[in-house]
Amino acid sequence: MSLFAKYKFNGGLKLAGHKKISMQEKIADAIIPAQLIVPLQQHIGRAAKPIVNIGDKVLKGQCIACLSDSKNNTVTAAIHAPSSGEVIAIEQHVIPSMLKQTGDCITIKTDGKDTWHNDINPINDPLSLDNDSLKQIILEAGIVGLGGAGFPTHLKLTTKNSNKEKPIDALIINAAECEPYITCDAALIQEQATRIIQGIQFIQHALNIKKCIIGIEDNKPQAIKALELALDDKTKEQIEIIQVPTRYPAGGEKQLIQVLTGKQIPINKLPRDLGMICHNVATTYAVANAILDGIPLIERIVTVTGDNIEHPKNMRVLFGTLMNEVLNSCGYTENNNQDIIMGGPMMGIHLDSANYPVIKTTNCILVKNNKTTTTPLPCIRCGECARVCPANLLPQQLFWYSRSKDYDRLQEHQIFSCIECGCCDYVCPSHIPLVQFYRFAKNEIWTQESDKKISDHARERHEYRQYRLERKKAEDAERKAKKKALLNKKQGIDTSADDAKKSAIEAALQRVKEKQTAVPKNTSNLTAEQQKKIKEVDRRRSDKINPAANNTTTKNTINPKDDNNG
Amino acid sequence: MLIAIIALSVLAIAFGLLLGFAAVRYKVKTNPVVDQIDALLPQTQCGQCTYPGCRPYAEAIAADEADINQCPPGGQTTILALADLLGKDPKPLNDEHGEHAEKTVVYIDENVCIGCTLCIQACPVDAILGAAKLMHTVIASECTGCDLCIPPCPVDCIHIIPAVEDTKKISVKLPIAPLLINESDQ
Amino acid sequence: MDNIAPSSVTRMMLNVIYALIPGIIAYVVFFGWGIVLNILVAVTTAIVTEIIMLQLRKRPIKPFIMDGSAVVTAILLALALPNLAPWWLTFIGVSFAIIVGKHLYGGLGYNPFNPAMIGYVLLLISFPLEMTVWLQPDSNISFSQNLNYLLHATLNNIDAMTMATTMDTVKTQSGLGLSVTSIQSNFPTVFGQFAGKGWEWINLMFLLGGLWLLFRRVISWQIPTAFLISLAVMALIFYPSTDTSPMYHLFSGATMLCAFFIATDPVTASTTPNGRLIYAAGIGIFAYIIRTWGGYPDGIAFGVLLMNMAAPMIDYYTRPKAFGES
Repeated sequence: MSLFAKYKFNGGLKLAGHKKISMQEKIADAIIPAQLIVPLQQHIGRAAKPIVNIGDKVLKGQCIACLSDSKNNTVTAAIHAPSSGEVIAIEQHVIPSMLKQTGDCITIKTDGKDTWHNDINPINDPLSLDNDSLKQIILEAGIVGLGGAGFPTHLKLTTKNSNKEKPIDALIINAAECEPYITCDAALIQEQATRIIQGIQFIQHALNIKKCIIGIEDNKPQAIKALELALDDKTKEQIEIIQVPTRYPAGGEKQLIQVLTGKQIPINKLPRDLGMICHNVATTYAVANAILDGIPLIERIVTVTGDNIEHPKNMRVLFGTLMNEVLNSCGYTENNNQDIIMGGPMMGIHLDSANYPVIKTTNCILVKNNKTTTTPLPCIRCGECARVCPANLLPQQLFWYSRSKDYDRLQEHQIFSCIECGCCDYVCPSHIPLVQFYRFAKNEIWTQESDKKISDHARERHEYRQYRLERKKAEDAERKAKKKALLNKKQGIDTSADDAKKSAIEAALQRVKEKQTAVPKNTSNLTAEQQKKIKEVDRRRSDKINPAANNTTTKNTINPKDDNNG
Repeated sequence: MLIAIIALSVLAIAFGLLLGFAAVRYKVKTNPVVDQIDALLPQTQCGQCTYPGCRPYAEAIAADEADINQCPPGGQTTILALADLLGKDPKPLNDEHGEHAEKTVVYIDENVCIGCTLCIQACPVDAILGAAKLMHTVIASECTGCDLCIPPCPVDCIHIIPAVEDTKKISVKLPIAPLLINESDQ
Repeated sequence: MDNIAPSSVTRMMLNVIYALIPGIIAYVVFFGWGIVLNILVAVTTAIVTEIIMLQLRKRPIKPFIMDGSAVVTAILLALALPNLAPWWLTFIGVSFAIIVGKHLYGGLGYNPFNPAMIGYVLLLISFPLEMTVWLQPDSNISFSQNLNYLLHATLNNIDAMTMATTMDTVKTQSGLGLSVTSIQSNFPTVFGQFAGKGWEWINLMFLLGGLWLLFRRVISWQIPTAFLISLAVMALIFYPSTDTSPMYHLFSGATMLCAFFIATDPVTASTTPNGRLIYAAGIGIFAYIIRTWGGYPDGIAFGVLLMNMAAPMIDYYTRPKAFGES
C-alpha cells in the first residue's frame, strides 16, 4: 500500500491540472512518417558523432551516432535509427531548444518496413548484472533522462574507483509529473507498471541499492493502484510507494527528495552526495526494455494536448518525427493565434512552428490559444514571488540585480539555485517575464567567467614570456661576464710573455745600434778609384731619374743589378 | 571661552588619534589598483592602446596618464567595468585606437612560411610554435588575436581568420519590456 | 486552487480601495461629509498630476493611470488629513506626494519613501494650523457647510465646532500634568469607550477591511501583526506611568489605517518575510515614542518614513536561506 509523504517543500503553487483531457484513450502506437530527422544532440552534453554516411541503409535500432571518445566519460549519448530506411542527409536543421538553435541531424527516409536490426540481444539473467555491465547496456542503448532534462543515464551510474564515494542507499523514482497538461508518465505507469517495477529491480540489484522510493503525486489514483498491484511480497520490501501532495513543482528533483526524505540537497551538490540517485519513471522503463528486449531508446511516449486538438492523447512517437505530423495524427487544426509548446505551460519551450523533430526530451506537445499579451509594469515589490519560490530565493531582488547587471549580488543571492520553474512569473501582478531575466543573467555570468578564464590564461602566458625573456637576458649576461673573466685571466698571462718578448727585442735593437756605431761604415775609407766608381754610378743613377738632364736615352726597365749600391 | 577652545581641541586630538589608530589597525588589504585594473583588461597584449601591453596600460590608467576608453578588444564592457571600478564616467570607445571587433585568431600558411622565427619573437603570449628553419604554426587556442606577428613576417604568410565560436556559448538577450525601460537604459 | 493574490496591480489596488470603504463610511457617520469632499479633491489632483508627470517623463499614460496606485495614495493622504481641510491643503499635499514622492524617484516601483506620508509630513510641517482644524464628532454640519469650508475655509461658529483630536487632547493635557482618566472625564465629547470617540469605530472598520485584505492575500501578515504587537508591547511596558493603555493606542489615531494600508505599501516596505517583521516593529516603536515623548500627536508618518530609509538595509541582512544553503 502506498504511504503519504511526511515532509513538504516551501513555496510552490497549486495549479489546475488539465490532465483528464489526454487520459481518455490508451496510449496510441507510433506512426512511421516518411522522413525521420534525427538530431545528433538530444541530451545534455556534446553531440554524438555520426557513424553512418549518406546513402547507407539502416535498420531499426541500429546505432547511427555514438560517443566521441573511447573512455566513455564525456557527457554524450548514443543515437539509434528509429526505423529502417536509408540515410539521405546529414545536415543542419532546427532543433527544439529555447535558444532557437540548429543542430546536425541525420535524415532517414523510411522504407515503411520497420525492420529490426539483428543485433538485438535481450539479457538472459538480468539480476546477475553488475554496475559496470548495466552501465554498458544503458550506454549502448542511448538512454538519457526522459523527465525533460536529458542527462545521459549511464553517467549517473558512474562509480568512481575511489573508496571515498558514498554508497548509494536509496533509489528515488520520480513519477510526480507535476506540470499541468502532461500525462505521459501517468499513462505509462497505468499500462506498464510491471515492466517499470522490473526495471527498478534490475537497477537496485546491479547497484546494490537496498531501498527504492517511488514518489508520485496524489492526483494519479489509477497509476498508484497499478503500481501497488505490480508489487509482490518480495518487491514490497524493497520498493516503497509514497504519495506526494499535488503541488507544482513537486517533480523537481530537489523538491521531490525533500518531500520524500526531508533532506535538502546542499547547493552545488548532487543527490549522489547524500547517497541517493533519482531517475524518471520513463527512464526506468527504457532501462527495462534495453535489458529484457535488448532494444535501444528509439521512441518515447508523448502527450499531445491543448486547444484545437480533436483527439488529445498519449502516443508513442519515434524520435525524429516532425511535430506537425504528430499533431495532425491527433486531429489538429492550425490557427494563426496559437502557441506551440514543447513541454508544459510553466517550463516548456515555446516554438515558432511545429516544424521541429520530436527528441528524447519531448514529453509533451501542447497547443495553446494565445492570450492577449500584457505589457509588464514595473516591479512593485509585493513579495508574492518570494512566497512561492520553491528554492527559497528572493526573485524580486534577483530581478533588480539582473536588470542592473550586478553579478556579484546575483551570486550572493544564489541565482544558480534557481530551477527556472516559473512560479514567480505566474504570480507576478506586474506580469514581468522573470524567468527570462534570470536566464539572461545566468548566461552573462557564465560568459563573464569564461572570458575571465581566457584572459587570465593569456596573462599567465604573457607573464611567463616576459619572465623567459628576462631569464634569457640574465643568462646571456652571466655567460658573457664569465667568459670575460676567463678571457681577462688568460690575457694576464699573455701580457707578461709579451713583456719579455718586448724587452728581448729592445735588447737586440740596442745591440744592433751599438754594433752599428762600433763597426765603421764601408764608405768611410774609400780609395780614389773606388770614389771614382761611386761617382760614375751616382751619375748613371741620376740619369735614370732625370733622363732629360743628361740627354741620354735609357731603358725604362730598371736593371736590378744597378741598384745594388749603397 | 578658553575652556571651550581647550575642550574642542582635546576632543579633536582624541578623535584624531582614535581615527589614526583605526586606520592603521583595521586597514583593509586590497589589491593595488593597478592589479585591479589589469584584471579587467582582456589581456590581448595588442598595443592598440599605445602602450606595450595590458599591464603598462593598466599602470598608465592608475597614474591617470591614460583614459579608460582606449582598449578596442575590451570594448564597451571593459570601459564600463573600468568606470565602475575607478568611479569615473563611462565614455564611448575612442575611435583613434581602433574598433571593437569580433575575436579573431591568425594562422600561418605553411606553403609560404620560411621559418625565420620573426613572428615567434613578436608573439606576446608565445602562441606560435616553431624554431629556426623549421615550420612555424599558430596554436589557435592560445592566440589572442593581437596581430602583432603580422608586420614582422617577411613573406606575408600570416592570415587573420575569425575565431571558432564555442558552440556551448549561447547568447541570450536581455528581455525588453517597454514599460520597464528607464531613461538610463537607453 | 491555491488562494493566490490578485494577478494584476490594478486588481490589487482595487481591493485596497474596497477595503478602505467601511472605514470611510464610519468616518462620514461620525465626522460628516468633509472626508468625502477631501477624497474627491485628492483623487482628482492625483490623477491630473500623474498624467502631467507621465507626459513630462515621456512614459505611456494608459497603463500607469489604470494601475490605480495614484488613487490609493490620494485616498490614504486624504484620510490622514483633517476633515475640515481647505481645498488647497489637499491639493498641495497630493501633488507633492505624486510629483516629488513618486515620479521624481522614477515612478511606480522606484520610490523609496511612502508618497502619502511624504505629502502628510510636508503639510504637517508647513501648515501646522490648518492641520489641526478637526471637526468635533457628531457636530452634524451640513454638506453645504462642508463644501463652503472646502472652498473658502470659513465656517460659522468654527471655534465651537472644532476640537483637537483625541490624541491631540491627550498630548496637550497630559503635558499639563493630568492623567488620562481625568482627561477622559473632562473631555467627554472627545473620548469614547476606551479611545477617541468615533475614532474607535473608524479604527475598527479599518481593522475589518485590513483583515479582508489579508484573507485575499493582497497584503502579507507580517507587517500588520508586527506593527500592532510592537505598538501594544511598547504601550504595555510603559502603561502604568503614561496612562495610555495599549487599547487606546491600538484604536486611536491612524493606527489601523497604518497597520493595514500605509505600512503595507509594497514598494516602500521591506520585502523579505523576516525583514517585514523588523520593519513593522520599527514603525510601531517609533510611533509610540513620538506619540508619547515627541512633539507631534501622531508619530505614524515619521515612523513610516524612518523605516522606509532602513528598508534596503533590512532586506540585505534578512535574506532567507536558499534551498540547500548551509
